[in-house]
Amino acid sequence: MSQSSSIKTKRPMKHSKNFIADKPKDMKGGVKRLVSYLAPFKFRILVVAFFAALGTVFTILSPKVLAKATDELARGLIAVMTGVGEGIDFTVIGKVLLACVGLYVVSSLFQFVQGFIMADVSAEVAKNLRTSIEEKINRLPVSYFNRVSYGDVLSRITNDVDTINLNLNQTMTQAISSFTTVVGVIIMMLSISVKMTLLALCILPVSAVVVFGIIGISQKHFKRQQKFLGAVNGQVEEMYGGHLIVKAFNGEENALENFKKDNDSLYEASWRASFLSGTMQPLMTFVGNLGYVAVCIVGASMTSNGTMTVGGIQAFIQYIRNFTQPITQLAQVSNQFQAVIAASERVFEFLAEEEMPEIDVKFNVADAELSGQVTFNHVKFGYEGTDKIVIKDFSADVKPGMKVALVGPTGAGKTTMVKLLMRFHDLTDGEILVDGHNIADFDRKDLRSEFGMVLQDTWLYSGSIKDNIRYGKLDATEEDIIKAAKAAQVDHFVRTLPSGYDMIINEEASNISQGQKQLLTIARAILADPRILILDEATSSVDTRTEVMIQKAMDNLMKGRTSFIIAHRLSTIKNADLILCIKDGDIVEQGTHESLMALNGFYAELYNSQFEHVS
Amino acid sequence: MKVVFKYLKPYAFFVVISLTLLFGQVVCELSLPNLMSDIVDIGIIRSGVENITPETMMLPKEQLAEMQHDYIMRKGAEMLGITLAAAVSSILVGFMAARIASSVARKLRYDVFSKVNDFSNAEFDKFSTASLITRSTNDVQQIQNFISMGLKMMLFAPLMGTGSIIMALQKSTSLAWIIVVAVLVIVGVLGVVMVVALPKFKSLQTLVDKLNLVSREQLSGLMVIRAFGNEAYEEDRFDVANKNLTYTTRFVQRTMASLMPSISFIMSLVNIAIVWFGAKAISQATLEVGDMMAFLQYAIHIMISFLFVSMIFIMLPRASVAANRIKEILDEDLSVTDKEDAKSLENVNGRVEFKNVSFRYDEASENALSNISFTAEPGKTTAFIGSTGSGKSTLINLIPRFYDVTEGQILIDGVDVRDITVKSLRDAIGYVSQKAVLFSGTIDSNVKYGNDSENIMDAIRVAQAEDFVMSKENGLESEVAQGATNVSGGQKQRLSIARALAKKAPIYIFDDSFSALDFKTDAALRAALSEYTNNATVLIVAQRVSTIMNADKIVVLDEGRVCGIGDHKTLLNSCKEYREICESQLGEEELK
Repeated sequence: MSQSSSIKTKRPMKHSKNFIADKPKDMKGGVKRLVSYLAPFKFRILVVAFFAALGTVFTILSPKVLAKATDELARGLIAVMTGVGEGIDFTVIGKVLLACVGLYVVSSLFQFVQGFIMADVSAEVAKNLRTSIEEKINRLPVSYFNRVSYGDVLSRITNDVDTINLNLNQTMTQAISSFTTVVGVIIMMLSISVKMTLLALCILPVSAVVVFGIIGISQKHFKRQQKFLGAVNGQVEEMYGGHLIVKAFNGEENALENFKKDNDSLYEASWRASFLSGTMQPLMTFVGNLGYVAVCIVGASMTSNGTMTVGGIQAFIQYIRNFTQPITQLAQVSNQFQAVIAASERVFEFLAEEEMPEIDVKFNVADAELSGQVTFNHVKFGYEGTDKIVIKDFSADVKPGMKVALVGPTGAGKTTMVKLLMRFHDLTDGEILVDGHNIADFDRKDLRSEFGMVLQDTWLYSGSIKDNIRYGKLDATEEDIIKAAKAAQVDHFVRTLPSGYDMIINEEASNISQGQKQLLTIARAILADPRILILDEATSSVDTRTEVMIQKAMDNLMKGRTSFIIAHRLSTIKNADLILCIKDGDIVEQGTHESLMALNGFYAELYNSQFEHVS
Repeated sequence: MKVVFKYLKPYAFFVVISLTLLFGQVVCELSLPNLMSDIVDIGIIRSGVENITPETMMLPKEQLAEMQHDYIMRKGAEMLGITLAAAVSSILVGFMAARIASSVARKLRYDVFSKVNDFSNAEFDKFSTASLITRSTNDVQQIQNFISMGLKMMLFAPLMGTGSIIMALQKSTSLAWIIVVAVLVIVGVLGVVMVVALPKFKSLQTLVDKLNLVSREQLSGLMVIRAFGNEAYEEDRFDVANKNLTYTTRFVQRTMASLMPSISFIMSLVNIAIVWFGAKAISQATLEVGDMMAFLQYAIHIMISFLFVSMIFIMLPRASVAANRIKEILDEDLSVTDKEDAKSLENVNGRVEFKNVSFRYDEASENALSNISFTAEPGKTTAFIGSTGSGKSTLINLIPRFYDVTEGQILIDGVDVRDITVKSLRDAIGYVSQKAVLFSGTIDSNVKYGNDSENIMDAIRVAQAEDFVMSKENGLESEVAQGATNVSGGQKQRLSIARALAKKAPIYIFDDSFSALDFKTDAALRAALSEYTNNATVLIVAQRVSTIMNADKIVVLDEGRVCGIGDHKTLLNSCKEYREICESQLGEEELK
């Protein structure tokens, strides 16, 4: 008869990890925003609340109904013993039990329905949250991701949303049913005996002390456990990731020693947390039994003086045994709820980040065929949130079809210029014009559709090689893809792979080499067939012989189109129409290779340093 | 799973104690229903009269009340004593379970970490770094959870189950069939759930991984995605992963949501059945009311025991997968180890000689290196050049024994590297990897890594890192974050060069370590380097001809074979491949 309580005893154990609930910063605000995500489901949530409450009411009613059967049994027995009155009346018992079956059916059905709906609601809320984050990612400026690590954003998509999903599912129904149970049980107990109920309520403060005391102490250790787990996992990642260096420098012993320290601390925190949280169950059972005995003592004297029936005391005993369970649960639910709010705070914080400013589109790419003329007009730029000016005063005029090279030492601002051109960042001052139109007046997508870009960092996604090349132009035909691959000198290599163009590139793209990856990204850009091409160290990992071949193909392809090239290898850019030498964010020299060499200045020095003899 | 038992063995004593305590707890808990029914039956209904005789029926009311009070107090105290004993033993078991599980996890984690520490590249290639990380972290955690739950549940449930069955049968054999039927139904329900939901449970992790993968790709490819205007395409890709995950999560949650009411419904029906058939028995005087109540309690205990046991069966496959994955690491044979009679390398001269070396990666069908022979002399620079995939890095990784040769020999000062202790061999080498790796700590701790040099400023100066190190607010003590995210690519490379130089080793290996440097820095570094390395043997892998054209000896590689050895001038005339590489990088005048 204590079945409902007995089953649920598993739950607190399973979710004891939620003892580490982080505290939300702004409870009210967090709840408010979460509620806005729940709003579309308000009808369903109301149904859940109603069913949860009703289901519990039926569960609470059943001991009282069942007690009538016990009463009848006791009455019949005593009647037989004393010889007064009829024996056990089985029609009465039968009726009572049938009523019980009815109650059980209804309450199980209600529990079932509410559990079902809540599963849907929480899964869907989680899905919507994830979609919101995803869409948000695409609306955030690139500068945001310079500040925030990927891991941070990722953990919001997975861990935080997961926490919300799992805990929302449980807290909602459990909060409702635990609360209803406590209230319902108190009412039922009152209906049996006010005196005994008051006695039973003495359990409440005792339970509260036990529950919150244990949560308080164990939470400290859970936090420490979390901290050292993070430290241990961090060491594992770092050492495994850099194992080559660990080996080369005989750092194994040192690594092991450091690991041992954190691992030992983790052990200390871990067993304490696990042990302390485990004491809750037995202690609460003990408290419950205390109440049981007290009720029996008082109840016995009440039955003997006839103020209570045997069935009544039976029922009361069951209620009191069901009493400590929801109290423990409510404490846990409040903890879980805090975890939900803390997690949703992190999600909403991300969703509230400032987005890229809206653009007042004054120029429509579809209206005119662009020739590819680019003008930089006193461009000044410093990264958002810093005072440091990276580009001071950059002016240059690029004619359509020109091959422009940007050279200069590391950190001079070459890549920054490219990012500005693509409008990944907005200028601090000055303007960039394409065919005389300010790029700030273009729709970002339109503008970018005119550019093709190959970066030093070769990004490919886990799909087939074909899909990765197709990424440049999603509606490209198979022939187009192969043609682009041929131009990028990668066709032959792809054909030697196990499944050719259909080979799936794995997660870390470790099944093809860096140089081959670069070739694929070049093929992707070639397929996009852009008006303006940007190559940022695009061939740095490709051996120079292949590079020459690509260059030839590229030169063919880019005839009549503007291109910007950044390269360390000056041989790559010798035949550029315009070489811009950048130093500390300024153009210090510009011209062709010959004119710059004749100048015998910055460029000449840079160029000659390639061949400097070691003295 | 064997590996788990192996690690549990030292705690056998405590496991036995836990078992004893659990047995005590079971006895306590099983005697509770009896006591409770006594309190009701005798204490309340019969006013504390244990044996009803005609005399007792005649006792005055006051005396009866007193007897009742005494009886209930006595039994109540007994009951509280027993609950207290049960609580204490349960807490003690919890204490031991927590200690044992945490100890095993600590030992496992340490052993796995220390084993992986001894892995060479071949093992890392085999398992993949990502998988090794999950095995050392998540899988160990899984085992810990399993042991801690297992010690409490796996031992408790069968004891409780058996005990309850015995007690229940003592109370009544005629009602036993109800329990048998109920257990069969519960096991049946769980069986169905397992068959239907378990595959979905398993696929859940894969779907989470997939969503993670798509999100991570989007973040890392942010610029590319925007450059190609493929935001919508990515949103679709995310949407598919998101939907798949949501549907499966919903299915799993729905299943769990329906499981609990079903089980409690079955238990309620058992209640009713027991009361109905119990009442029949009572009316025939073959059963007492109190006994029936006790029987009810035992029935619940039995069913919960079965639930727990089946829970363990659900947990078991996951834990055993984790255990096997850990076992694979612990059982892996190391490919690079010290020979028994390995000698320690002392007073190293630094002469490195390759004798007909061939190398093949595990499970590769062709040699990565074939028949390589050359000698690198102390005080000289030997360089390696060749196109992507020609085997330059592979070759150089054989010297510090990141891999062992498949055929042939590598000799240092005339001794085969496999006859030298790995530690002393690596102590003799200053190694700079292709991908610069720094560890979290400070610039100082990174440059001092693996050496005990007092003065690291020389090394930092030679590595052309002095300027930027000194321009930092905290200089040498500047923090390096995990993954060195706060240090730029070029700076990372220079610091990793400084780290190798600080060792003052007789042999230096630079594996394409200058690629992130611009030409000026590259040239300045090489100039400073030649002075610093003085009598050492220097081996350099490079892409740029300019980096190596002044080397004393250049080894040109093509598809894993040596196609030319000599200095720049000789090779230009004698080696077609070398000439092609030069032509692609240098101007006409430099080729003359």
